[in-house]
Amino acid sequence: MQTLTNRAKPVDRRPMNFLEKMYLPAIGKGMVITFKHIFQKKPTVSYPEEKREFSPVFRGLHILNRDKEGRENCTACGLCAVACPAEAITMEAAERKPGEEHLYREEKYAARYEINMLRCIFCGFCEEACPKDAIYLSETFAPAHYKREGFIYGKQDLLIPLPGEQKNA
Amino acid sequence: MQVDWFFILEKVLLITGVLIISLVVAMYSTWGERKVAGIMQDRLGPNRAGPLGLLQPLADGGKLFFKEEIIPGASNRFLFILGPSLAMTVACMTSAVIPWGDTLTIAGHTVSLQVADVNIGILYIFGVVSLGVYGIMLGGWSSNNKFSLLSSIRAASQIISYELAMGMALIALLMVTGSLSLKDIVEQQRQSGVWNVFVQPLGFIIFLICSFAETNRSPFDLAEAENELNGGYHLEYSSMKLGFFLFAEYINMFISSALMSTLYFGGYHIWGLDSLHVSPNIVTILGTLVLFIKTICFIFFFMWVRWTIPRFRYDQLMRLGWNYLIPIALLNMLITGGWILWHQH
Repeated sequence: MQTLTNRAKPVDRRPMNFLEKMYLPAIGKGMVITFKHIFQKKPTVSYPEEKREFSPVFRGLHILNRDKEGRENCTACGLCAVACPAEAITMEAAERKPGEEHLYREEKYAARYEINMLRCIFCGFCEEACPKDAIYLSETFAPAHYKREGFIYGKQDLLIPLPGEQKNA
Repeated sequence: MQVDWFFILEKVLLITGVLIISLVVAMYSTWGERKVAGIMQDRLGPNRAGPLGLLQPLADGGKLFFKEEIIPGASNRFLFILGPSLAMTVACMTSAVIPWGDTLTIAGHTVSLQVADVNIGILYIFGVVSLGVYGIMLGGWSSNNKFSLLSSIRAASQIISYELAMGMALIALLMVTGSLSLKDIVEQQRQSGVWNVFVQPLGFIIFLICSFAETNRSPFDLAEAENELNGGYHLEYSSMKLGFFLFAEYINMFISSALMSTLYFGGYHIWGLDSLHVSPNIVTILGTLVLFIKTICFIFFFMWVRWTIPRFRYDQLMRLGWNYLIPIALLNMLITGGWILWHQH
């Protein structure tokens, strides 16, 4: 018969001899194997103390970027929401008032910007679609929540903190 | 009659000490078991509660104490409670005849580090070990659950079959030593400097296999087969009554390890210890430490085997016991007898 791979081994169906029926030699062999495992390197990552390193292309939670003067980059153009295959992004635009120039870079900004992390598939299309370098995917992942509402991230969760300002987690 | 208060105090202290040590060793065996299992499976094992996870047994014990106690409505209440109590009591009783060390001299009194040097020590151990099966049988039967009942039937037949081979392995040992007292057996090994394992290698292997079966340890843990009997005889148990069953297994493991060290590995004897130029008290204490190191090695061996070998099938277990171990034990007796006869002439 033609075999798919040539790795197939015929099963040995000979009756066991006396030594094999005593099981002891086979048990000894097995115990040598388990003993060797004592000295092997453990692949465990002790999570809270030690974190697994992400690859440089890892796509995690989103952040909304600011420019060098601390002004929000986002102009609420909606390209990210259009690009999003999971329809996770919602936003509302607003016009910048005089006197708010230090807050927003352009004359239009996002008054509300929400990403539903339960819908998001972390594809990174929003990052690619953004013409203003306003949205990036960081190297953290969404923490657990007790309720669905907790997974809808608003602007206060997404915006990177101003220099010198502590973001409360 | 003059009451020897020092004697009573000495024995009470010794009994308390042996009990506490057995319990602590059993407690840390649960930690050790999980650690060994973890390391052998390339994991780390418990490491969250305290340094190296050393507080894990306390956390487990605390959890068991606070669990709800459930007694099934259809069970026999008296026997249901008697089961785990008996298992625990019997597990603790064997330690009485094991010589934990030689004699200490305190304020002119000679204190033996053995609770009771009965001249029928080995017979006593047999008697107590056979009682051990009653805890499992009563527990399984009184639960009124078919899985528990199946498990207690298995446990009973397994322990009875393996006790035979174990007894015959020990008879061969008795033929060599000529004494039933454990203290005498250790002293003989100490005087000659030859451990019984070198005199009775076959007998030791039989005894070792049988003690795995007697303590219900893997690969003979058919009585508590998780995947076919849902835990077997302790299926209906909760809270500390479950804890007692689990704990009794670890105490049994500790005691049979100590017994094997005593009978076959020279007990508290190690070569070169007696020729040290220190006071006899220190020699005794070092000897006790030696015994504990031997015991811990055996406990590790028990765990090592558990995390290597899968469980035997029931018919394989019975065939191994009756068709192989008993004939080999008989053969061992025959060889020993012939050897002794040949030496006498």
